[in-house]
Amino acid sequence: MTNLMTRMGLAALFAGAAAMASPASAADTIKIGSSLAITGPASFLGDPEAKTLELYVKKINEAGGVNGKQLELVVYDDGANANNARTFATRLVEDDGIVAMIGGSSTGATMAMIPVFEDAGIPFISLAGAVVIVDPVKPFVFKTPHTDKMACEKIFEDMKAKGIAKVGMISGTGGFGKSMHGQCLGVAGNYGIEIVADETYGPKDSDMTPQLTNIKSAPGLQAVVNPGFGQGPAIVTRNFKQLGFDVPLYQSHGVASKSFIELAGDAAEGVRLPASALLVAEKLPDDDPQKAVVTSYKAAYEEATGQPVSTFGGHAYDGLMMLVEAMQRAGSEDPQAIRDELEKTSGFMGTAGVVNMSPSDHLGLDLTAFRMLEIRDGDWVLAD
Amino acid sequence: MRALLAHRLAAPVAIALIVVALAFILPSNFYLRVAALVWISALAVIGLNLLMGFAGQVSLGHAGFFGLGAYAVAVLPAQFSLHPLLALLAGALVCGLIAFVVGRPILRLKGHYLAVATLGFGILIAMAIANESWLTGGPDGMPVSRLTLFGWRVRGASTWYWITGALLVLGAWLAVNLVASPTGRALRALHDSEVAARVAGVDVAHYKLIVFVISAVYASVAGSALALVNGFVTPDSANFIHSIELVTMVVLGGMGSVFGSLVGAAILVVLPQVLTTFHDYEHLLLGLMMMVIMIVLRSGIVPSLAALIRRTRP
Repeated sequence: MTNLMTRMGLAALFAGAAAMASPASAADTIKIGSSLAITGPASFLGDPEAKTLELYVKKINEAGGVNGKQLELVVYDDGANANNARTFATRLVEDDGIVAMIGGSSTGATMAMIPVFEDAGIPFISLAGAVVIVDPVKPFVFKTPHTDKMACEKIFEDMKAKGIAKVGMISGTGGFGKSMHGQCLGVAGNYGIEIVADETYGPKDSDMTPQLTNIKSAPGLQAVVNPGFGQGPAIVTRNFKQLGFDVPLYQSHGVASKSFIELAGDAAEGVRLPASALLVAEKLPDDDPQKAVVTSYKAAYEEATGQPVSTFGGHAYDGLMMLVEAMQRAGSEDPQAIRDELEKTSGFMGTAGVVNMSPSDHLGLDLTAFRMLEIRDGDWVLAD
Repeated sequence: MRALLAHRLAAPVAIALIVVALAFILPSNFYLRVAALVWISALAVIGLNLLMGFAGQVSLGHAGFFGLGAYAVAVLPAQFSLHPLLALLAGALVCGLIAFVVGRPILRLKGHYLAVATLGFGILIAMAIANESWLTGGPDGMPVSRLTLFGWRVRGASTWYWITGALLVLGAWLAVNLVASPTGRALRALHDSEVAARVAGVDVAHYKLIVFVISAVYASVAGSALALVNGFVTPDSANFIHSIELVTMVVLGGMGSVFGSLVGAAILVVLPQVLTTFHDYEHLLLGLMMMVIMIVLRSGIVPSLAALIRRTRP
């Protein structure tokens, strides 16, 4: 019995190894690779991204593909682990023979994969947030999401317009909160903003009253900013209301999901945040150039998955569409040609905003890409 | 066959042969990279196996040492422009010292208490790495400068394959020599019965501490190697799940078996790559295979199979 089971186990192993060793490669398909955090702590990023890519690759193929060829998507789940992502990147380049790469849900995974694509000369469109991905510019690396630095600038711009100068910050210590905190401190001076209180909280903290009390006692306080995502900002928002602040609260684009409003409840009323137009797709005025793109993506995603749309899936949509347009312009699937055309992307209207790439800018979004939203009656509305 | 299996140097020689043979079989850089990852994991697992399999102590915080080693080659060259190789040695030294200082009180604990104390230690290191972002880049990680040896930039999957393979063979050779030494005998006595060992005059606390320090150094060197191969480090390398992975590799391959360390590491590194073909059922199959292996081959793959061979060929 033992013998038999051992042999069966080994047989299964070898069968698996054989499956792994025979990559199918057809000449009439264009292979696009992706490594996303479909499971694990960052699955709220990777899951909608993977679903979006699969959905739209299917749509594009049904409509005849690109340059007369069908797209073939190869997706791996890296669980936001940088080491796994690196291995999958090598696999996509060496074994699967992809011509372009979309993905890297998290900044860590993206940074670990960059050398692989730079060495192989294959265009890589990252879906992660941090500005270090495209600054300094790397020839083959692009990204679609707004940066945390832009979120800070958008918030400070709004404050400046309202005459706010003394600001308290309460930041999460996770990757997102930490990175945005640093970026905000860096650009505050450009808008004449003075940070009069600077507090932090851990990802699992369940009460931020002490930190907020410190901020409240800061002299001359005119507004509070809370970089972070997950449940932390919802708790901050509730505590903020309980303590009876009489200044506005600014959240980041990290809370731009319906679950934040549900968690924060009534306390979310009046909270302002910079976010993608996707959240207010139906409320955009009809003459808004972005309206067609965001409403059609939202409808398609929600119909196909039955889940509410998220900005993260939108980043994947932008990446894929930009890639497809670049391949059409290039008229070929040569990685170098795709890269060159990606860099020339201009006037591309995506869910994140208008993209104008250049050799010195591989993000191509400006501050107009962010909309300042306010939460009213439990829903997002355009603040300006 | 029996004589071959029983020979002291059987494991390192077998490992060396595998490293050399695979180099000619593996078709692409991707396979070479996966193999290099196996060698690196196996190196850390051999160290942990000395602690678990020979001294009978469980550490649930070994990824802490692994992470320290990884960040040593990232931070020291970046902050103090130290050569990466010196940084690797410094990391190993620091890990050894920390293991020595922390180990003294921790190793007085037994069973679950020891496991919990090492668990706490590992989590502490992971938190420090994630939070001290001015030094470590925080949760997003930081780049590692490329290793240069005599003006030659070390890069490419095959180069790293050979370097990590050589490290593994060296690690295995040191481990079997340690096990065969008087220290090794004392360790095994300690594993079988701490009381008996003490009665026989073995300084239990002393030997436990020695092996804890050695295993920490193994983990640190493996961590440094991974960081250099990847050119980038993230706090993942130090987190609790990684500690559990290392322990699983030890148990799966076989406690107290140097060659088993390689087998355990190979299975846990290669299987997820094989199973991507099955996509949705990946984790299910991985869990199932591990359960079956542990039920059928109770003392780990290598020791169980070795016992099987001994039984069928008298």
